Amino acid sequence: MIERRPLLSFSSHVIMVIGIIAVALPVWITFVAATHTTERMLVSPLPLLPGTHFWENLKMVLFTQEFLGTTRAPVWLSMTNSLIIALSIAIGKIVISLLSAFAIVYFRFPGRMLFFWMIFITLMLPVEVRILPTFEVVANLGMLDSYWGLTIPLIASATATFMFRQAFLTVPDELLEAARLDGAGPLKFFWDILLPLSRTNIAALFVILFTFGWNQYLWPLLITTKTEMHTVVMSIKQMLEVAEAVPQWNIIMMTSLVAMLPPILVVVLMQRLFVKGLVESEK
Amino acid sequence: MASIQINNLRKTYDGGVQAVKGVSIDIKDGEFIVLVGPSGCGKSTLLRMVAGLETITDGELFIGDRLVNTIEPADRDIAMVFQNYALYPHMTVYNNLAYGLKNRGFAKAEIGKRVRKAAEILEIGEYLERKPRQLSGGQRQRVAMGRAIVRDPAAFLFDEPLSNLDAKLRVQMRLEIRKLQKELGTTSLYVTHDQLEAMTLADRLVVLSGGEVEQIGSPIDVYEKPASTFVATFIGSPAMNLLPLSKDDNNWKLDNSAVVDVKLSTDLAELTLGVRPEDLVIEELSEKFDTGLHTALKVTAVEPVGAESYVHGTIGEGSVDIVVRAPGKLHFEPGQILKVTAKPDKLHTFDMLTGKRIELQGTLEIA
Ligand SMILES: Nc1ncnc2c1ncn2[C@@H]1O[C@H](COP(=O)(O)OP(=O)(O)OP(=O)(O)O)[C@@H](O)[C@H]1O
Ligand SMILES: [Mg+2]
Repeated sequence: MIERRPLLSFSSHVIMVIGIIAVALPVWITFVAATHTTERMLVSPLPLLPGTHFWENLKMVLFTQEFLGTTRAPVWLSMTNSLIIALSIAIGKIVISLLSAFAIVYFRFPGRMLFFWMIFITLMLPVEVRILPTFEVVANLGMLDSYWGLTIPLIASATATFMFRQAFLTVPDELLEAARLDGAGPLKFFWDILLPLSRTNIAALFVILFTFGWNQYLWPLLITTKTEMHTVVMSIKQMLEVAEAVPQWNIIMMTSLVAMLPPILVVVLMQRLFVKGLVESEK
Repeated sequence: MASIQINNLRKTYDGGVQAVKGVSIDIKDGEFIVLVGPSGCGKSTLLRMVAGLETITDGELFIGDRLVNTIEPADRDIAMVFQNYALYPHMTVYNNLAYGLKNRGFAKAEIGKRVRKAAEILEIGEYLERKPRQLSGGQRQRVAMGRAIVRDPAAFLFDEPLSNLDAKLRVQMRLEIRKLQKELGTTSLYVTHDQLEAMTLADRLVVLSGGEVEQIGSPIDVYEKPASTFVATFIGSPAMNLLPLSKDDNNWKLDNSAVVDVKLSTDLAELTLGVRPEDLVIEELSEKFDTGLHTALKVTAVEPVGAESYVHGTIGEGSVDIVVRAPGKLHFEPGQILKVTAKPDKLHTFDMLTGKRIELQGTLEIA
């Protein structure tokens, strides 16, 4: 805005501050809770300032298997699982949808529109809807308690294909024609021109898909039985469910804190790439 | 470098649109051919068939002595400059120029040499490390040209390469393209709908209309002897005046009414008479020609365009509009009657039905 009205800028600042508080307060409380002892967290009023047990709690969360009498995967392991799953889903989805969007947009083959609509229709069937048949298939293929079973059903979906299709449609035909005259075959065109031009889309999608994969709860819960295959999101939920015992809030909050880090890291790192991409490329 | 032979080329699109209906052109080695015509006449389609970007429905296309109908674009040894440049946005200027050479397996050193030479010719040497978006329209245009010349192809194809530039730059680039083409001696096929661009660039013009060739010839030939009323009105600005005449008791009449004083020796009872605006002379301002065309013009408007003026008016019963191009700043009132006259050798005659040019034997009798 070019206008400078003090009242307006004051009130917009107030709104922003309120917004920031609304978002940041829970995170702050999580952080504070993660720095106290279990006992302190059971006494009201709850602390609002950090305590001194941060490192202790962190160590316990990352490496202890015993938790209120039950064994569970230490958080470093469930974090690794989550990381492998989230990365596989994000990368797998991006690779597959780049290729299928490329085929749909740039090749004329019989049944092209049929395939497009078939892919498109799966948009309406997220994992939650097709969960029973999918479970059946995965179980029959012997993929329970494996990374394959955890990732493949989540990789197969159409959102990303659809997005890349739209992105490819905005690339001018002349670029393809110029590349053809320059002696680039279909794969060279894909690799040398289409892929670099889709960088920003890929980065954006990676952020979304990584978070999507990281936050998966229902599907991993269903198909994993061994504790060493658990994801970090599952661990948090399980810590809350220990029967006949008071929840150890400091430990739970520390786990949440640790679990929040990778998605934040991805957003921060990818954001730099986005901005760079936005500034540098132009169609 | 090579000749290009276009034999009865046809293109029918999937929807049944006949975009090109049997076009034949013999392009000599090193010649600059300009395809010109109104929008939708099939210029781009023809050019793209030569490039290999559009399949050929029927006919034969030779580049050099090779039949290339089914050869891939990259293997036809041609380079194309697109209207919107089609530069690769994520590559530097250097890589834009080098890409085609890399794909053809040229050695790094050779690529570097060629790119730098092309950059020098086009004066884009200092931009080699920039991305296309960091360049002005004119500079992008040069890069697009550079991408064509580094390959040293048998022929250049241009599809309205200057239409995205402003008027001044267009004139400048026009001259440069012409100069460059003469220096390199590369056979060129150039599409434009701008008749001025066509006239100034071409060794020979090909005027297209509705997917068919109306006329092929040097710009001067096409201008001085248009093969049809279509060409006559398309080439030249303002357009040639056309007067539908019919003979009645040895008098030529306009619209079967007003008598027009023109001497033509022909047996035809009907024809279209053409006369260019600059060939019409206002009697009040200069001499009267004894023979030729004499008629009275009722002024409707005068457009001063600097060094000259376009005098618009009607003749006959007011049904036929004509334009006179006269030097100087002129002032006439609307409604004023002027006598206009044209020399006999400046008159063009066309068949009224087909629009084709007719050469009258011993065209005009002396009065
Ligand atoms: N892909 C296509 N499918 C069907 N018809 C087409 C296609 N491309 C062009 N046409 C039609 O073919 C005819 C010639 O088109 P073309 O693009 O060659 O015209 P042009 O002379 O280049 O016109 P302009 O000066 O506007 O660029 C037009 O009637 C157009 O509608
Ligand atoms: Mg065109």
